[in-house]
Amino acid sequence: MSTTPDSTTDKNPPVDGSQLIRFDNVTKRFGDNVVLDDLCFDVSSGKHVTLIGPSGSGKTTILRLLMTLVEPDSGTVKVSGDYLFHEERNGKLEPAGESHIREVRKNIGMVFQQFNLFPNMKVIRNITEAPVHVLGLSKEEAESRARELLELVGLTEHIDKYPSQLSGGQQQRVAIARALAMRPQILLLDEVTSALDPELVAGVLDLLRDIARTTDITMLCVTHEMNFARDISDDVLMFDAGKIIESGPPEKIFSEPEHERTQQFLNAIL
Amino acid sequence: MTFDWDVVDEFMPRFWDGVLVTLQALALGTLIAFSLGLVWAMAQRSPQPWVRLPVIWVTEFIRNTPLLVQLFFLFYVVPEVGPSMSPLTTGIVGLGLHYSTYTAEVYRAGIDGVPVGQWEASKALSLSRRRTWTSVILPQAIRRVVPALGNYVVAMLKDSPMIAVIGALDMLGEARQFSNETFTTEAITVVGVAFIVIAYPASLLIRALERRLVNNT
Repeated sequence: MSTTPDSTTDKNPPVDGSQLIRFDNVTKRFGDNVVLDDLCFDVSSGKHVTLIGPSGSGKTTILRLLMTLVEPDSGTVKVSGDYLFHEERNGKLEPAGESHIREVRKNIGMVFQQFNLFPNMKVIRNITEAPVHVLGLSKEEAESRARELLELVGLTEHIDKYPSQLSGGQQQRVAIARALAMRPQILLLDEVTSALDPELVAGVLDLLRDIARTTDITMLCVTHEMNFARDISDDVLMFDAGKIIESGPPEKIFSEPEHERTQQFLNAIL
Repeated sequence: MTFDWDVVDEFMPRFWDGVLVTLQALALGTLIAFSLGLVWAMAQRSPQPWVRLPVIWVTEFIRNTPLLVQLFFLFYVVPEVGPSMSPLTTGIVGLGLHYSTYTAEVYRAGIDGVPVGQWEASKALSLSRRRTWTSVILPQAIRRVVPALGNYVVAMLKDSPMIAVIGALDMLGEARQFSNETFTTEAITVVGVAFIVIAYPASLLIRALERRLVNNT
């Protein structure tokens, strides 16, 4: 993992074969508001990276860009070597078509703050829907995969319930199983415990710690749970005003941050 | 003035003819209104402006002109340039088309009511556009709007006598013709009662359906 906190000094960081995600000079504005400011960073395969920073600093936008829920105004994003928003035609970069985007995006799974389970489907079908209709698994294969995952997240007995019959923590665990059922290389976690009752947070975080420890999935995680970030992260990126102002292993960022802004932020939330 | 049951007896055969026309117009008109309305609502959300804009204009136009004018237009003007249809078929198409622009609005509200997170989760799972519509968005949207759709069935029932102006004799059309021929009024009363007998249970059914759907979500 190498980051370029000050992108102006290094427009073209060296290419490294293990780079799974790579942002080059990505800028995103919402109206006059610059959310991502000429951002460059990359994430190596298998790493767990936590994005921290004040709200509005651009960290959630990173995840939404990777999920193609928003598009960059300029710059490029690469996922395992392929451009996410562009296609190379005759040596030129052109905006990518829908099928190209979907193909690259299949490697990426996301868990949302608000769970976003499908309320019209039982738990089992929430998990099997995409493997059957996107990956082309048979119903039996998809269901046996779903059963394994429900065992992993500890919800085997709720297989035939609807999401509305589950607690928030249970719903979020189903959402995690649903994302994992696609066998993604990359898992995006967008403040996954922020909407949970306090007593349900620990269970979900323990599950994610387990997944981080036992799988080689690359994780990008936006969270305000600093203990959790410290436990699972290989690297922490500190965002402010659309830039990465500091990055490094969690011991360093949390114990001896160099940047004054990081110190203020950590003081405010710890 | 006395109510003459013999007149009622005499009217009965034509009354049943009229009931048949009314029910056919209602059933087939509903079918058209429900399915075409869904097509309009989805087309109005198309990312392609050349699909979206014409559909918005046409549905606005139909919704804001009287059904009566549309029936005359379909029956007298359309055959000049296109197919000519029987009075009943014209009436069914007219009712269905007119009400499809209302059901489109109902569907639209239902689709807008599905949280944006459902679209995002579908995208995060790489579901195709078609799959997102059929298995995620529409099942949630339609469930919300079934009661509102039901109200338009009752409204359509009450508008169905209009098709008599182009010669498709529904219950009321038959009654008016019968009354004019025999200088009686009983037939009109019979039809008035018949409308209540059809409409009231229908609205009870809609309310029951509403309760069921609300309880199950």
